[in-house]
Amino acid sequence: MTPSGTVSTRQDLLATMLRIRAYEEKIVAFHAAGPFPNVCTSVGQEAAAVGVVSALRPEDQILTNHRSAGHLLARGADPGRMLAEVMGRSTGYCQGRSGTLHISVKELGVVLTSTIVGGELSLAPGVALSRAMLGGEGIVVCFFGDGAACEGIFHESLNLASVWNLPVLYVCENNQWQAFVHRKETMVGDHVAPWAAPYGIDSLTVDGNDVEAVCKAALRAAAQVRETRRPFLLEAWTYRQRGHMEPHDQSYVDPAEIEAWMAKDPIARLEARLLEAGELTADGLEALHAQARQAIEDAATFAATSPYPDPADLATGVYA
Amino acid sequence: MTQMTFHDAVEAALHEEMARDSRVLMFGEGTATKRKGLLKAFGPQRVRNTPLAEGIIAGTAAGAAATGLRPVVDLLFAPFLCFAMDELVNSAGKLRYMSGGQFSFPMVALAMTGGGWSVGAQHNHNLEAWFVHAPGLKVVMPSTPADAKGLMKAAIRDENPVLFFMDIGLAFAPGEVPETDEVVPLGKAAVRREGRDVTLISYAKTTHTCLAAAEALAAEGVSAEVVDLRTLKPLDEATILASVRKTGRAILVHEASRLCGVGAEVAALISEQAFEALRAPILRLTGPDAPAPASYPLEQAFAPQADAIAGAARQLVARMLEAAPIW
Ligand SMILES: Cc1ncc(C[n+]2csc(CCOP(=O)(O)OP(=O)(O)O)c2C)c(N)n1
Ligand SMILES: [Mg+2]
Repeated sequence: MTPSGTVSTRQDLLATMLRIRAYEEKIVAFHAAGPFPNVCTSVGQEAAAVGVVSALRPEDQILTNHRSAGHLLARGADPGRMLAEVMGRSTGYCQGRSGTLHISVKELGVVLTSTIVGGELSLAPGVALSRAMLGGEGIVVCFFGDGAACEGIFHESLNLASVWNLPVLYVCENNQWQAFVHRKETMVGDHVAPWAAPYGIDSLTVDGNDVEAVCKAALRAAAQVRETRRPFLLEAWTYRQRGHMEPHDQSYVDPAEIEAWMAKDPIARLEARLLEAGELTADGLEALHAQARQAIEDAATFAATSPYPDPADLATGVYA
Repeated sequence: MTQMTFHDAVEAALHEEMARDSRVLMFGEGTATKRKGLLKAFGPQRVRNTPLAEGIIAGTAAGAAATGLRPVVDLLFAPFLCFAMDELVNSAGKLRYMSGGQFSFPMVALAMTGGGWSVGAQHNHNLEAWFVHAPGLKVVMPSTPADAKGLMKAAIRDENPVLFFMDIGLAFAPGEVPETDEVVPLGKAAVRREGRDVTLISYAKTTHTCLAAAEALAAEGVSAEVVDLRTLKPLDEATILASVRKTGRAILVHEASRLCGVGAEVAALISEQAFEALRAPILRLTGPDAPAPASYPLEQAFAPQADAIAGAARQLVARMLEAAPIW
């Protein structure tokens, strides 16, 4: 697969979101079935991932965090090699050395995934500095959470990107939760976007569960970064539909909050729109679902039948 | 050869490497202000001042290194590295391996440490062993201006992240430095003085203390070999073992505190691989488990002294003369 271009139809957007959902549901199923590596799913946040990534060009680069499956799949990553990585197989993108939390795919421009909350923010200006100094049109997109915005490095990163004029599109997926703590307990105000202005950085907040709105906002934000070669912060207002990690547990969450957000599920919303507009029939929709599930079943088969890395290679590749 | 201070030798290496490779750049707090020569030669894109924020300085270096540049960052004093630990240890050191080799991190982080300026423990803390313990990093700590230049050139050319520690006490000490493009390879120790009876193993400033001790011992007929590690990781195991196999006795000397220090690692290496050659226990003379004091005499007393090293060597040698090995 190649990285996504700038033109996506609504059906493309839906198909990619369905693929992400099917991938995460497969992981949940694997986890429920027996011992499986620890995973953080992005269920509920598909629109933010797909909307932003669909606005990017092949030459752009992405940094992401622990909740990255959506970003990777939207960029065209092979779910088989991703699942193989999660399952610690040698066919994984990082040869089983990353696991679920740190998958990077250089050939797709997904560089430097860090699961140190804020790690991606610390690395993004340097990637953009390379772009600025070595030439090229690309911009750097840095995905992070509302929790990461509370790390000091967020502020250091924005300040440096601003004073050095670096082409970074910061994308905060504000999913309301920071592991087991609601953002209301830890943040002044509801939003991260206003934190950009003191650093001279423009920002935009978008309904992160409306993929078309995200796509539009991301195109606008990316265009500004491309044109000005300066940072921009886009905040996608969204929701983590499952617990912080598997096994699923939301016993600490207000049921009314869950209910309100489930009613805004990004996939259901786009489906309703497409059905209403007559762009998709019920059968057509079922076919898209089946396609997504099948792709992930094939991926799972590939991963599960892939070999484990050889323990003899345990300590190789530490140094160049 | 030309006379140059340690500090100027590092600057000369930077100059040569920046001229040689346009991907090399340098930034840090005050870098462009203090390194006027570099700024003039290479311009404000490649010689930059940064905000006072060590985390983002190191993180930016790591991000840039992974994507085509070869940054050198000046983090000033070693204790400030505490603000950059995530970026150095979790990112620069680990992400090559964790990405299955997709990325490399050719970068150098420069920091000063050690007694000499009476700046106290928040500017003076020999924490080089922390980084030896961290996978994926290389660690260098030279003792002469010539090595400072040659090792800096090697560090810049290396594909891995290198922590380059400069001993404050040596910063303005002059020494002979080759004018040619001489690279001192990483991972090679230097035998500074040859001897038969005991090996004094050290690095950075205390190498000179060992040389002074060796001089005093020679006057008494005790022949001490002095090994300067130069690179703490990768460690030149062959040179260490060859020397100890010859002398049968080893004393590890460094200003850093004893517990889990480089000396402990070298002592373990010797006892694992050259036990049969040992004629006496391995000794360590190190700084104490204490923050470095500011007061000049205390600060000087913090580092091992030449007479103490000579005394320890005498003891080890006397042990052998009195009786056959006890084991
Ligand atoms: C430095 C650091 N502190 C704590 C953690 C543990 N942790 C992992 S994810 C997470 C929550 C992050 O919240 P946010 O940035 O909002 O991202 P989200 O999980 O909501 O996508 C925490 C606390 C970590 N990985 N790294
Ligand atoms: Mg969050």
